[in-house]
Amino acid sequence: MRRPTRSLLWPELVFALVAATAPVLAEEVPNAGKLANLVRQDCGSCHGLTLRGGLGKPLTSENLRIWNREQIVSIILDGVPGTPMPPWRALLSESDARWIAERLQQGNLP
Amino acid sequence: MKAIARILLLLWLAASSIATAGELRGTGALGLVIERATGSVLVVDTLARRSLGRVEGLGDLSHASAVFSPDQRYAYVFGRDGGLTKVDLLTVSIAKRIVQAGNAIGGAISDDGALIAVSNYQPGGVRVFAADTLEPVADIAAIGAAGKSSKTVGLVDLPGRRFAFTLYDAGEIWVADLSKPGAPAIEKLTGVGKLPYDGNVTPDGRHYLAGLFGEDGVVHVDTWKAPLKAERILDRYGRGEEGLPVYKMPHLEGWAAAGDRLLLPAVGRHELIAVDTRSFAEVGRVATHGQPVFAVARPDGRHVWVNFAHPKNDTIDVVDVQTLKVVHRFAPGPAVLHLEFTPRGKEVWVSVRDADRIDIYDTATFAKKAEIPAQKPSGIFFTARATRIGQ
Repeated sequence: MRRPTRSLLWPELVFALVAATAPVLAEEVPNAGKLANLVRQDCGSCHGLTLRGGLGKPLTSENLRIWNREQIVSIILDGVPGTPMPPWRALLSESDARWIAERLQQGNLP
Repeated sequence: MKAIARILLLLWLAASSIATAGELRGTGALGLVIERATGSVLVVDTLARRSLGRVEGLGDLSHASAVFSPDQRYAYVFGRDGGLTKVDLLTVSIAKRIVQAGNAIGGAISDDGALIAVSNYQPGGVRVFAADTLEPVADIAAIGAAGKSSKTVGLVDLPGRRFAFTLYDAGEIWVADLSKPGAPAIEKLTGVGKLPYDGNVTPDGRHYLAGLFGEDGVVHVDTWKAPLKAERILDRYGRGEEGLPVYKMPHLEGWAAAGDRLLLPAVGRHELIAVDTRSFAEVGRVATHGQPVFAVARPDGRHVWVNFAHPKNDTIDVVDVQTLKVVHRFAPGPAVLHLEFTPRGKEVWVSVRDADRIDIYDTATFAKKAEIPAQKPSGIFFTARATRIGQ
């Protein structure tokens, strides 16, 4: 696993910034409720409904801190070859994936 | 007189909705429905086609399964969070509950009904408990040949107070004999294949099969052979083609063993593969609506009902086992997660998660007989499982 290159303050900073703009983001993604349901129910088949892990790794903000945003977006869209993590590109847009990655890393999935 | 009889019947039905152990009744028509989001279960009556009541407080049931005591009074529910809950179907209440691990996937009950074994992801391995008290009896750490701890999957009971299970990370199959519960005798098959995701045993308790995720193939162990040997079947069934994305792992629980054929979900292919149960060679394929998750044989073995992974999970295919053709395809509703036949196959219960509903169908006419409200229902388990090996 790759280590983050940014300062340890980075997630908190982003969290503060995004938390401040969260309502705007929610408006930009009209399917927030649908996406959140998909993450809990369908990602949850492997990662657990509570996202604390199953056959797949936990998706809690704590566990995702070691990845940067782009890495997570790319894992969601293109999967992890050689593991059961499938590519979701056929079902999710890049902005969907980014929204999911942000919410998971911030630990504030609606 | 008829009207009075009807009123009395209604009163009796109302009163029996709060079942108590004091009443005389059998449990052969009872079952459980998992409500995955709320950590609750419904106790259901398959003859009356209704819920008898809800039991709450079973923890995280986002992945859950159940086995039954031989007398079919108690259900043992295995939750995602390592919870093991003994539910009394007669009193519709929790008889005993422990949290035995951090993250669990399923369990099994020994042939004599004395031991409950649980398959764990965190910390891995298999833990065994006394069925009556849920006191710990044995703790089997699943350390593979490479020295690493492994998640375990595909845990089933075998005749002779044995359990078989598969080590997901290590790629091994172990058979544990718990004749002496404190000192399990374990036979290990190593290097069976990459990422075995689930396993199950044929209804006679003889042939254990583990599906592989990391390569195209299935591992077969004939448990009547000594010493045990892992043999590869359906090798390279994908024919070198790139697999389709798998948005939900197939489950081999409740798999379709129908007469002399087994119908197994292919991984990364929208197909079932038919296997001859004597030669374990492929005898045909069935093109299905999507990636199969459960392929469950009607108890008479003539039809197999199949549900599918996201995003094609609103549909069920019914496959004729003789012709290997889909004879009926219909869409019960959003997110069909599981199905269970009544003991002799007259009706089937289907959980439709996102409609918060259980649908009951006649298996001969495919007509819907009833609907039962349930909160985000997933697994459905009827007490007749108590009489079946590997369930």
